[in-house]
Amino acid sequence: MLYIVIGFLWTSIWLYLLLGGADFGAGILELVSKREDRHTARHTLYRTIGPVWEANHMWLIIAIVILFVGFPRIYTTMSIFVHIPLVAMLLGIIARGTAFVFRHYDAVEDHMQEVYNRIFIYSSAITPFFLGIIAASTVSSNIDPSANDFMSAYVYSWLNAFGIAVGLFTVCICGFLAAIYIIGEISEEAEKQRFIRLAKRMVIAAFISGALVFLAAHYEHIPLLDWIFGHWIGSVAIVAASISLIVLWRSLGRGHTIRIRLLAGFQVSMILFAATYIHFPKIVLLKGGSALSLLSDAGTEKTMESLALALLIGSLFILPALFYLLYSFEKRKANVDH
Amino acid sequence: MDDFLAARSQMALSLGFHIVFACIGMVMPFFMAVAHYKWLKSGLAVYKNVTKAWSKGVAIFFATGAVSGTVLSFELGLLWPTFMEHAGPIFGMPFSLEGTAFFIEAIALGFFLYGWGKFNPWFHWFTGVVVGISGLVSGILVVAANAWMNSPTGFQYIDGKYLDIDPIQAMFNDAWFSQALHMSLAAFVATGFAVAGVHAFMILRGKNVLFHQKAFRIAAIFACIAAVLQPLSGDISAKDVGKRQPAKLAAMEAHFHTEKQASLIVGGLVHEKKETVQYALKIPGLLSWMAHGDFQASVTGLDQIPKENHPPVAITHYAFQVMVGLGMMLLALALVYFVALWKKRTWLNRTWLYRLFVWAIPLGFLAIEAGWMVTEIGRQPWIIYGVMRTADAVTPMPGIAYSFYLFTAVYLSLTVIVIFLLYRQIKMVGKLYDQSGEIS
Ligand code: HDD
Ligand code: HEM
Ligand code: HEM
Repeated sequence: MLYIVIGFLWTSIWLYLLLGGADFGAGILELVSKREDRHTARHTLYRTIGPVWEANHMWLIIAIVILFVGFPRIYTTMSIFVHIPLVAMLLGIIARGTAFVFRHYDAVEDHMQEVYNRIFIYSSAITPFFLGIIAASTVSSNIDPSANDFMSAYVYSWLNAFGIAVGLFTVCICGFLAAIYIIGEISEEAEKQRFIRLAKRMVIAAFISGALVFLAAHYEHIPLLDWIFGHWIGSVAIVAASISLIVLWRSLGRGHTIRIRLLAGFQVSMILFAATYIHFPKIVLLKGGSALSLLSDAGTEKTMESLALALLIGSLFILPALFYLLYSFEKRKANVDH
Repeated sequence: MDDFLAARSQMALSLGFHIVFACIGMVMPFFMAVAHYKWLKSGLAVYKNVTKAWSKGVAIFFATGAVSGTVLSFELGLLWPTFMEHAGPIFGMPFSLEGTAFFIEAIALGFFLYGWGKFNPWFHWFTGVVVGISGLVSGILVVAANAWMNSPTGFQYIDGKYLDIDPIQAMFNDAWFSQALHMSLAAFVATGFAVAGVHAFMILRGKNVLFHQKAFRIAAIFACIAAVLQPLSGDISAKDVGKRQPAKLAAMEAHFHTEKQASLIVGGLVHEKKETVQYALKIPGLLSWMAHGDFQASVTGLDQIPKENHPPVAITHYAFQVMVGLGMMLLALALVYFVALWKKRTWLNRTWLYRLFVWAIPLGFLAIEAGWMVTEIGRQPWIIYGVMRTADAVTPMPGIAYSFYLFTAVYLSLTVIVIFLLYRQIKMVGKLYDQSGEIS
């Protein structure tokens, strides 16, 4: 039962990164687009992401609920020591979610649109940045439950070069996912070329920020290289991701919508896998070498049993409905295009 | 502001904000389903226009409800980590099921909002109904979690340890039914009167009258039926509170001294130190009857409860008075409307009737906020009744006051923007949803 719950936890984090990530990325693309190009980005974004927008963000809620029901110590430790970036991320989520809907549902189109757009664009970048920082804090061994001054308990736990680099990397990954996604949705040729160029630029940015992550890790004495390349599984994951990146680069612009989406999803999954697998079952590394573990910090058996049951029953309802939603809007889009 | 007070205020602010959007998200889909149904059955365009106009408003409320709910699920840990560390595994069952309900709601909403003209009309209608049902189910589930804080079961508390955890038993605690029933009705009352009032206002303005009359009637009928049931369910709640939380009941009634044939205290000025109530209307025996169904029964007063376990009396009492007072007013308005429907159809053309509804716009929501203050403040000083104190649950992180100011600013601005957007939606009805242009 415990492993079922862990499976669901990993899956919801993974899907949030992919789907929520593409969603954040759409705002990031608006940010890096020229002003006059923003309009199409916005329009395409709304048409393609609109129907699944709420559902994409449910994965975060599912992950949080699994954490606080099944792994309360992990949830509370993070809540206490990474409070500040969590609040920053929440503010980002509020600003982004509301601005997205407000700009579409405002009955009058006037200068307010510009205000919503600004808020939407900036919060689309800020939210994944802090998500990255929070993720980095779980492996940087800077969370110190025995700290007794404010800075080392609540600030240095997450504020360091490594965290910032991971934050930037997350932002780039989101932009990359969105660009890949949107390419398949555009039929007009000049537009398509523009997004292909954007996607390539995002790949380069992700590459650079990825390199920064390794440099920062080295600087902060985090043995990231050992973690990833110290075990054949990590190395295989990274090599697979690199090869698929090359294939993807070459397939861009040749109209293989499905193939490039799968490849992009595959790369991001491999990165997440390489970054988490090595520590399993540990999930939050604490200062001084101890860690919170998915196995030994789980709730009682009875709790895990009912949680797993609730998740299984839930997915029985959710998955078919979600697939049908995606399928029917995909099908109808095709009808409209032709 | 000290950190403990700031944390409590931030929690209350976030919940008080979320509940408004949650209620609307729970109830509006039902209103839309009725209008939608009438359109599919009758083919009258006005019902389609009402459905569409409502669905735009609802999308705005949904998004705000969803983000504020997301914030809440983090805030429980950000503000009350010690509580969540122990309570999470016990009362988590309704939250994990709620996740499913939200998900289904979000999926169905995708179909409904983006599916106009793309699906079989009855399938499209059905997805709207699913939005409503799953919203209602999620409301009931989350209230079951809150009910557990009032009547914790499903575990043994021995030497500071929480043993023998049974999440299912915790979900079906003693308070879940009375609270869930009362809350669901409250959502219909508050949303119904608010929506009916807005349309009543537009009817008085004489713009798009047919459109607004159809919308008004659907909302008003829901609201009035719920408003009649609400005091009955409130009575169930009061009896239940009397059984499981005598301190809360005593605080609600400012009932300082245990007595037989206890009188119901209406209004009055509470002196917590002197333990007296001035200028109140006292109805002998009624409290005994309300709490125990017997005019002679003895009702536990605060004197039976150790001082350190007293909830704040004055504010609980006032909040209770506000809720019941508003409930009675809305009940009266509901009865007037039923008389108008069944006996005096001419009243339906009178402006005073619509004026009354305009005045009632905020009342249901005020009653909801007051009711939650009764429930939550009346539970103090406990976060888990009789088990864990709120003061022991708060986060060790200092500086929560700043986070409270920040969230206050955010929620205030959101409130302003949502009202602004709604105002624009309503102003544009003539252009966007009802071009018949009829003016009376
Ligand atoms: C439209 C809103 C509304 C109206 C008109 C009323 N209530 Fe209420 N009441 C609520 C909205 C509400 C609420 C906000 O929904 C609460 C808070 C927690 C809950 O379950 O419901 C609540 C709580 C609540 C409680 C505490 C329950 C608990 O702590 O478990 C009692 C005893 C009552 N109510 C009793 C009444 C009575 C006797 C009413 C007579 C008219 C009444 N309420 C009208
Ligand atoms: C099911 C949902 C709810 C849950 C799980 C819940 C939980 C909590 C928690 C954990 C606290 C902080 C600890 C405490 O002060 O006891 C709290 C306080 C509070 N909540 Fe709720 N709550 C819920 C619904 C609501 C709603 C809808 C309101 C609406 C106004 C509300 C009003 C308050 C208030 C006023 C406080 C502060 C009480 C005080 O500290 O004196 N609650 N609630
Ligand atoms: C501690 C208290 C609460 C938490 C943690 C919480 C959590 C959430 C979350 C995470 C969402 C977003 C779901 C989505 O994206 O659709 C949400 C929305 C919602 N919540 Fe809450 N909630 C709380 C209190 C309440 C209460 C007291 C009610 C009502 C009785 C309620 C009813 C709803 C409903 C119906 C929605 C659906 C979205 C909407 O209709 O706007 N919640 N809540």
